[in-house]
Amino acid sequence: MPVDYEPIIGLEVHAQLKTASKAFCACPATFGSRPNVNTCPICLGHPGALPVLNSNLVNYAVKMGLATNCSIRGTSTFSRKNYFYPDLPKGYQISQYADPICHDGYLTIETLEGEKHVGLTRIHMEEDSGKSIHDLDVDTLVDLNRSGVPLVEIVSEPDIRSAKEAYLYLQQLRQILIYLDICDGNMEEGSLRCDANISVRPKGTAEFGIKTEVKNLNSFRNVEKAIEYEILRQIHVLESGDTVVQHTMMWDASAQQTRIMRTKEHVHDYRYFPEPDLVPVVVTSNTIDELRSELPELPSAKKKRFMEQYGLPAYDSEILSADRNLANYFESACESLRSPGKSSYKLVSNWIMTEHLRIMSDMKISVSELRITPKQTGSLVDAVADGTISNKVAKEIFPELLASDRTATQLIQERGLSQMSDEIVIRNLVREVLEKHADNVRKYKQGKTNLKGFLVGQVIKESGGTANPAMVNVVMQEELDLISMD
Amino acid sequence: MTLPDSKLTFTADRELFASGSARVADRAAEFLQRIDQYSDLNAFISVSEHAFGSLASDSDERYTSGLQRPLEGLAIALKDNISFKGLRLTCASRILETFEPVFNATVVERLLNSGALIIGKTNMDEFAMGSSSEHSYFGPVKNPLDPQRVPGGSSGGSAVAVAARMCHVALGSDTGGSVRQPAAFCGVVGFKPSYGRISRYGLVAFASSLDQIGIFARSVDDAALVFDVIKGHDPMDSTSVATDTRQSTTQRKGYRVGFLSDEFIDGCDESVRSAYALFREHLISRGAEVSDVSLPNKQTWIPTYFILATAEASSNLARYDGVRYGVRADDTSSDMITATRTAGFGKEVQRRIMLGTYVLSSGYYDAYYKKAQQTRRLIAEAYAEVFNKVDFIAMPTAPTTAFQRGEITDPVQMWLSDLYTVSANIAGIPAISLPFGTDSSGLPIGMQLQGAMFSDEDLLQFSGKLISA
Repeated sequence: MPVDYEPIIGLEVHAQLKTASKAFCACPATFGSRPNVNTCPICLGHPGALPVLNSNLVNYAVKMGLATNCSIRGTSTFSRKNYFYPDLPKGYQISQYADPICHDGYLTIETLEGEKHVGLTRIHMEEDSGKSIHDLDVDTLVDLNRSGVPLVEIVSEPDIRSAKEAYLYLQQLRQILIYLDICDGNMEEGSLRCDANISVRPKGTAEFGIKTEVKNLNSFRNVEKAIEYEILRQIHVLESGDTVVQHTMMWDASAQQTRIMRTKEHVHDYRYFPEPDLVPVVVTSNTIDELRSELPELPSAKKKRFMEQYGLPAYDSEILSADRNLANYFESACESLRSPGKSSYKLVSNWIMTEHLRIMSDMKISVSELRITPKQTGSLVDAVADGTISNKVAKEIFPELLASDRTATQLIQERGLSQMSDEIVIRNLVREVLEKHADNVRKYKQGKTNLKGFLVGQVIKESGGTANPAMVNVVMQEELDLISMD
Repeated sequence: MTLPDSKLTFTADRELFASGSARVADRAAEFLQRIDQYSDLNAFISVSEHAFGSLASDSDERYTSGLQRPLEGLAIALKDNISFKGLRLTCASRILETFEPVFNATVVERLLNSGALIIGKTNMDEFAMGSSSEHSYFGPVKNPLDPQRVPGGSSGGSAVAVAARMCHVALGSDTGGSVRQPAAFCGVVGFKPSYGRISRYGLVAFASSLDQIGIFARSVDDAALVFDVIKGHDPMDSTSVATDTRQSTTQRKGYRVGFLSDEFIDGCDESVRSAYALFREHLISRGAEVSDVSLPNKQTWIPTYFILATAEASSNLARYDGVRYGVRADDTSSDMITATRTAGFGKEVQRRIMLGTYVLSSGYYDAYYKKAQQTRRLIAEAYAEVFNKVDFIAMPTAPTTAFQRGEITDPVQMWLSDLYTVSANIAGIPAISLPFGTDSSGLPIGMQLQGAMFSDEDLLQFSGKLISA
């Protein structure tokens, strides 16, 4: 009987923090400057320079800890992680070791089997290294703009059981980081980085298998694929009677496979010891309370509220709450409605999820860059909801709203686009059409009821497209019912 | 040479400058002339043009117009591990032979703002690792009293510069005695403040938790004047503390001083032991209340110090890799970083980096580094206990007077010469070495006073009264 294997996965995620200055000096922590411009004696590791802690690093780390249900250490210390590398100016990285600032938290992910807690072992503060550039036709080049940029490392418990769960966990982490406005979450630019520890064991056994660490997972897609690949590779190794060797692997995206990066014999001895140039980091309970009060509503809570408050389906709520700015946009649009109500909320949601998101993805822009305001969106929904315009007209004027700062109402007036809902006018039009198409009326009466659609269409055509279709439909039915065939 | 009169201090010169009987520019020129005259002592690595010309004349003008700042016209030498823009910063190492620093140490900024003139950078043991100033890439420093003998170390150049009157005052760094021991060997005052009293920003780190900038002077008053200017919190050094951490108990009549048993000093030269006994008598004669105290854990001092200091050093010196600055080895047979460090560091530095790397290694950390941290706490606690009973503890600065160059070849033997100085760094407390008599060859002997944490001002005040005539 074939053995069924269970994967055990833990993720180590590095998130670059959006502080204005670096972790231990006043240099800007900006991405994308010319090489080696954002540097000073401290982040260049000059003789005699000393680190000074950026207090925002602490605040951001504590916020992340609070948002992920962690305990916060009142006193934590920095340590030095020692290793030589050309892009590590001091020959050590200032990090945290024995007593990370946040510990023992969890995240809730929604799997197909329901909600699941993934434990967080720790969140600690550290500084980034510089960047080595090897792929130019010269010696290795070093850019130290990134040297000293603040990071938090978020380490999960080995609670993850599939590539999909890893994906969901990472997505959740990213959402929270972006919600807290402490990291831009850009995996391609490296502001969010992920390493995965992976092992497999026969289902039902208690002991973990031998793990490998897979590095260089620079997109969500790669995280999922690399984990899937590594699970299958390990199962294959075990099935062929071998044992998994504890290597550090890296994901080769072009070859779509994991490759050995370091063998166990070459594992670094980082010689951690307390950083003597910095004093312990003290976070008082007052500070914690203050930071807690600054926390925004988090994506999962927002999703639940959207379902309750706006009566949205889970799917809509999930998509709208995934992006804090999108969620805010939705709420401002709803707030601006002249006739609020669950059906209008749903219309707002429909518009955003189809038109707005399409434009954002086509133009590669963010919500804040959208040329249509929440108020404009609200006015559009109002106009459709009260029958001023049809959905079709609404779609037609949407691009014009994008290009102007007028509301839908203004545009409808200017263009004379409002639907004709005058019952008397409509009834007259209906009667005209019924006279003109007596043949079809007869056929209708003989049972070809689908001809009603044709007749309605004729009325709308006669009105120049302005007749309110719903009203035409009602009046048409009434008039047809009045006609008796003798 | 015979040492110049110890009364030729800055405090004395300041009166002369103010009264117009001497000029700063002339004094600076005299010092520079003496640096040149005694260049065989090898006390300086770089000499500054800074003290010449306009700055010295500015100081004179300030005295004339009564606008002088606290250290106006003070000629000061800096150990070559303190960063001063305009002079290279070598740490007496090949690896930094040509390094031009881009910022001033906080102490340098404070000195310049107070009117001091920086006269040059002094020779030392490479990266402050040594007790004899023999381990310099620029050659050994010689004791002015006997050029065959060492001046002590690691701040030997600064001690010689002050003893031979090449400047008024000099700064050194004291990680395990590197200011006090050379002060003792050269017959000058050497003061190591409490850890945190002087900013370390711009002091090239050897062992960050032990390093402290210290002052060499020809009188305690001179040392106190400079200390007043350079002490105090610095936002650039998170481990620095505010100036008024402890109020001075200025109006006290008699200070209580603890003396240690004969057994405590039994490894010392006969001359040092008798000086210690005389020192006790001297203190009594100056009205001090003297009693016997004991520090129980002396045998742990040296091991604790060398484990902690080398561990931190192994990390602090990792930045010298040839990537960004300093000498880069062009040997392509091995990797660049290894080749650079092999060629750039001297033997003693390499020995300490290896030892420090070892004590931090996985599997040895608990046995060495962690244990040393525990003994460090015990040492500090033992001191704190004694300071409940006395204000100061007296002990010799070094077990011997200045030894012959090349006399001590066993590194461990050399380390043991720091026996009486390392504990003040381990505990973080202030300590001062005062010249007190000579041995039969006329070599100076230093007596040390140590005080409780942050009692620096008291210690200076008491010491000043002791050696004034």
